[in-house]
Amino acid sequence: MKVAVVKYNAGNIFSVVHALQRMGVEPLLTDSPEELRSADRVIFPGQGEASSAMHYLRERGLDKVIPSLTQPVLGICIGQQLMCRHSEEGDVDCLGIFDAEVKRFVPLRHEDKVPHMGWNGITAPSPLPLWGSTTSANSIQLFKALPQRGSGEGATPFVYFVHSYYVPVCKHTAAITEYIHPFSAAMHKDNFYATQFHPEKSGAVGQQILRNFLETP
Amino acid sequence: MLAKRIIPCLDVKDGQTVKGTNFLQLRQAGDPVELGKIYSQQGADELVFLDITASHEGRKTFTDMVQKVAAEIDIPFTVGGGISELRDVERMLLAGADKISINSAALRRPELIDEIVRHFGSQVCVVAIDAKQEDDGAWTCYLNGGRIPTERDLFEWAREVNDRGAGEILFTSMNHDGVKQGFACEALSRLASELTIPVIASGGAGRMEDFRDVFAQGHADAALAASVFHFGQISIPDLKEYLRKEGINVRPPVPLSGE
Repeated sequence: MKVAVVKYNAGNIFSVVHALQRMGVEPLLTDSPEELRSADRVIFPGQGEASSAMHYLRERGLDKVIPSLTQPVLGICIGQQLMCRHSEEGDVDCLGIFDAEVKRFVPLRHEDKVPHMGWNGITAPSPLPLWGSTTSANSIQLFKALPQRGSGEGATPFVYFVHSYYVPVCKHTAAITEYIHPFSAAMHKDNFYATQFHPEKSGAVGQQILRNFLETP
Repeated sequence: MLAKRIIPCLDVKDGQTVKGTNFLQLRQAGDPVELGKIYSQQGADELVFLDITASHEGRKTFTDMVQKVAAEIDIPFTVGGGISELRDVERMLLAGADKISINSAALRRPELIDEIVRHFGSQVCVVAIDAKQEDDGAWTCYLNGGRIPTERDLFEWAREVNDRGAGEILFTSMNHDGVKQGFACEALSRLASELTIPVIASGGAGRMEDFRDVFAQGHADAALAASVFHFGQISIPDLKEYLRKEGINVRPPVPLSGE
């Protein structure tokens, strides 16, 4: 399987490459439209600032290529945000794959620190179960067969976040996290998947999410 | 809800951990990468690697170790020790560290914090503060691993670090460090109420109750410890179970492979 990681000016894309290598996949790091179109899976990672990232993508025509991809695509962190319509960060128009607006966290109480950084739980947008057996038809593809201990409250999967901007809960939301208010921890539309958290830094849970993405039909 | 974090700290000299780790059946006792991996599998939320090497060659060895950690470990990690200029920060981030920690260099030249934040973002910048409560009750900041006192007051310096844009403060109470009688909860609680960035508590962990208190009374966002983990006095899965029962929100211990 050919897995391409979009190369652009967003920091720390090597952590995604390392995570894939730990799973025995040697990804191709590229910003070539042909290479991206011909890959079996495309990962759009990132950490950084939205308007400068969009500027870089436009310069290379990737703002047209990424939304037109037909194979499974996974956006991570700022990757998810750039897949939305518009971001408050730098007041920039983004790729428009998800019909959603990216907003900045505004603290409501002293305890609300920005960025939202650390481990937080993810739950399903009702009525879907977030995880289930690999054969369960109605469980969400990205969250199948997550490692868990027991069931009930203690079995909430935790993943690692670092971000100051968020996507509100909308029709594309595939998982919800509560911080200051509920937001889209993951999104899905057709062949496009995205996570606000970093699966590559989220231990065994994150590795299973990456594996689920690679195994999307 | 954002989980409280448990962070084991590994002191590394010439590429080897310096504290005893014989309770873990390591293939290579003293290998920080192997030890870090075990902590990660046990449910540690982050790792801190502190370079206590003095020599130039040792620094190179440490950078190599950071690259191995980045390749093999799938949780965030911070590196510290010997970082005194932007170039050191860049080297560590390029090697794959998620965050860097600075201490004396920030006290000597506070603008370093602004520079790191401007170049790499606040989330990578952890400022470590070693402070001691003097007989008159005031908290004084110390340089060089607690050897040289400064004129700076803990709370005043922490506020400045916060306002310069650092991502987190790692506060070590020298009065509590190594005593194993609990963390400096009063000072921590005051820091939590005065600052707008997360505080990592360090120094004083002896029993599981100390971790409960540092979160419930000290209002810390994370707790760092070394010897209680290295010597096996407290195991991370047991600690997490205990904290959950005590009503502290922690990430559940991860299932063992094959479970």
